[in-house]
Amino acid sequence: MLLPAELRDRLGAAPPPAPRPPPPPAAPRAPPRPPFAFAARRLRLRRHHPLLEDGDVHRHLYLQDVLTSVTEVAERSKVSEFCCHISGCCQVFDTLEGYEHHYNTLHRNVCSFCKRSFPSGHLLDIHILEWHDSLFQIMAEKQNMYKCLVEGCAEKFKSSKDRKDHLVTIHLYPADFRFDRPKKIKSITKHERSPMKQDAGVPMDVSVETSEQFQADSMEIGPGDNMDIPQPAPNTVPLVPEKRLYKSRIPSTICFGQGATRGFKGPKKKV
Amino acid sequence: MWGWRRCRARASGRGLEELRARRREREAALRKARRQEQLVSKRLLREDPVAEGGQDGAEIVLDPLTEEEVSELLRGVQRSSEDRRRSLSRLRWALQNKETQQKFVRLDGSIRVLIGLFTSSLANMQMEAARCLHELSHSSDPAVAEACLPVTSYLLTYLSGHSVEFTELCLYTLGNLVVESEAVRKQLLPQGIIPALASCIQSPHEAVLEGLGYVLSQLLQAKEAPTEIVPLVLDSGLPQHMLRLVCSGLKSGTGAAVEFAWCLHYIVCSHTVNAALLSLGTIPALASLLLSLASEISQSTSEGLELLVCPVLRCLSNLLAEETVVCEVQIQDERLLVALFIILQCFFQEHPFIVQECLWLLNNLTADEPFFCSAVLTLDLLPALLQLLPCSQTVSVLVLTVLCNIAEKGPAYCQELHRQAVIPPLLGTLMLTDSEVVGQCLELLHLLFLHWPEAAVDFVSQGGHRALEQHQSTPELQERVRALLDMASQPVGASAAGTTQAAALPAFS
Repeated sequence: MLLPAELRDRLGAAPPPAPRPPPPPAAPRAPPRPPFAFAARRLRLRRHHPLLEDGDVHRHLYLQDVLTSVTEVAERSKVSEFCCHISGCCQVFDTLEGYEHHYNTLHRNVCSFCKRSFPSGHLLDIHILEWHDSLFQIMAEKQNMYKCLVEGCAEKFKSSKDRKDHLVTIHLYPADFRFDRPKKIKSITKHERSPMKQDAGVPMDVSVETSEQFQADSMEIGPGDNMDIPQPAPNTVPLVPEKRLYKSRIPSTICFGQGATRGFKGPKKKV
Repeated sequence: MWGWRRCRARASGRGLEELRARRREREAALRKARRQEQLVSKRLLREDPVAEGGQDGAEIVLDPLTEEEVSELLRGVQRSSEDRRRSLSRLRWALQNKETQQKFVRLDGSIRVLIGLFTSSLANMQMEAARCLHELSHSSDPAVAEACLPVTSYLLTYLSGHSVEFTELCLYTLGNLVVESEAVRKQLLPQGIIPALASCIQSPHEAVLEGLGYVLSQLLQAKEAPTEIVPLVLDSGLPQHMLRLVCSGLKSGTGAAVEFAWCLHYIVCSHTVNAALLSLGTIPALASLLLSLASEISQSTSEGLELLVCPVLRCLSNLLAEETVVCEVQIQDERLLVALFIILQCFFQEHPFIVQECLWLLNNLTADEPFFCSAVLTLDLLPALLQLLPCSQTVSVLVLTVLCNIAEKGPAYCQELHRQAVIPPLLGTLMLTDSEVVGQCLELLHLLFLHWPEAAVDFVSQGGHRALEQHQSTPELQERVRALLDMASQPVGASAAGTTQAAALPAFS
């Protein structure tokens, strides 16, 4: 293109210091004389204007083309194996990303009172308030204290059931949203829980979680299969008392507080 | 640099020709969709097949599994066993195939199983399940994508960020689901997607920000966006972050900058909240970005930047066209013009669509105020502008419109145009047959003859009569042709506005 040679230099750091001679004054705007119709005007284009078609197509080709690779990041940060340093947790990792994910899922938003972990600080805060704040129960009798779980919604309710109804009807949350389980008395063992395989120490089948037997505590995470059973190997008849006790808690509970014996155990590496 | 994360399917030899043919097909399909105002695309995150021991980056075509095989895989992931992880990986791999996806979602309870794993506390399970869901979200079959709907509340919960990769995956999955249908958005909006995204924008991670920009761009492209979504986005405080991320895009996070630039474009061209955007200082910020872009790019280093330049140009053009804007107040910096032409030069061969985007901005800069009209002439940019004349029909019309903008400013401008040899290229343009282009050319000639009769003399002496006469019988053009022939045949000084003499004009320096 025929651009003047030193054009780039004119970009400079600041507008030209010396005042350029002002542009010659424009003739007063007269209406166009027929049969001519031209009148200068700024163009305002809406989204689907034909002029914008080429650019839009290019943009979408890009969206379709870009196959963002996810392994590259993980590869880069491969390190020699190391263990999670939380006491009682023996998960092993060989990437920093993997460790970070594990840590954030399990150890980051952990209730210091009951050791349950939560997917976000927001849910943890709500849990602590509703479960471990004695003042909360008192105040809840007089005013609406149960906060809506959705960030950005300021509604409060007088019971967790009312909150749940709100979540379902207004926010279109699933009725079995697993991070909103009402606080209930722990249920007794459920031996007949579902298609249990021989590795029964691992308490839960994923498919069972959604059934109504599941009277979980509120807002905690995970099916319990993160639990490796302590030695011996899975196929033996498990230590019954532990199993029963275990099953009396909600299968998805991660109970670091119980002397950390239910933490990550066993040499099994999850790769 | 963001480019390294993009892994375009590469192949050599015959494969390349096939790729090109396929790309042309896709482009044709996109154009068709665009004309029907149904332009929708999804993005895919997938592990690099090379790393998995696959072929050399060429697209892997998987055969679909049988229903029995899919059921087997599902049973495998339901069992809590050592094999679970492996089954899940195999499932994820298999779900790259569309038919397998369809079979999977039809299986009873399959999605619930995935959701259970997705919400588990075992990080790798969670990740694999997330990848499965992502594959499903990418499907072009609405039945498959909609089967993922029960997972949206969890996707939003996890945006608080367990790991960069996981958050990124959640974001792209959300972004794919968002474009699926209005019904999906009608679920996601009450679930609080916008506040969730607004919290997420605080993340320092480029990958997360790019994913976030992607989700927002998909939301903002929705048909109902101007009334339902744009106001919510504005209220959430997102636009100032978006602007900041666009403007810092050259130093870092270009991928994110591209996404947010398109978001801004969708907001601006809905023409609903532009007053608010203007008060954020969008015009000076974007103008400044263009200056930086122009100083950094050259023809060799600009690949990919056209995706950033395009929406930025569009935002500026549309914002300048808002009635409340006075061009004078906003930007009167001739460096903007310089930047515009440098960008034009950089992209016009590889990405000709940028030319019309630049010319639109140029029109809006030159339409009202003489400042930029004068700058085009004094900075010696006219030759470059004229060089664009023989490009496409759209470009020709735009170039001629800009020239009309300049000519309309009056005698001094027309004199200068004439002096800078505008007549010969116009004669060339009159040789064309496209009546829209020729019509605009006639408008320009009219302004030139009106304000600077010497131009008419020159025109005639170079064979202008004949050039005009060839259009005498074209219905849309005949009246104007006749009028011009009349003007051109009058002696200098006797035409309607020909009283202003050269000596009295403030000259161009």
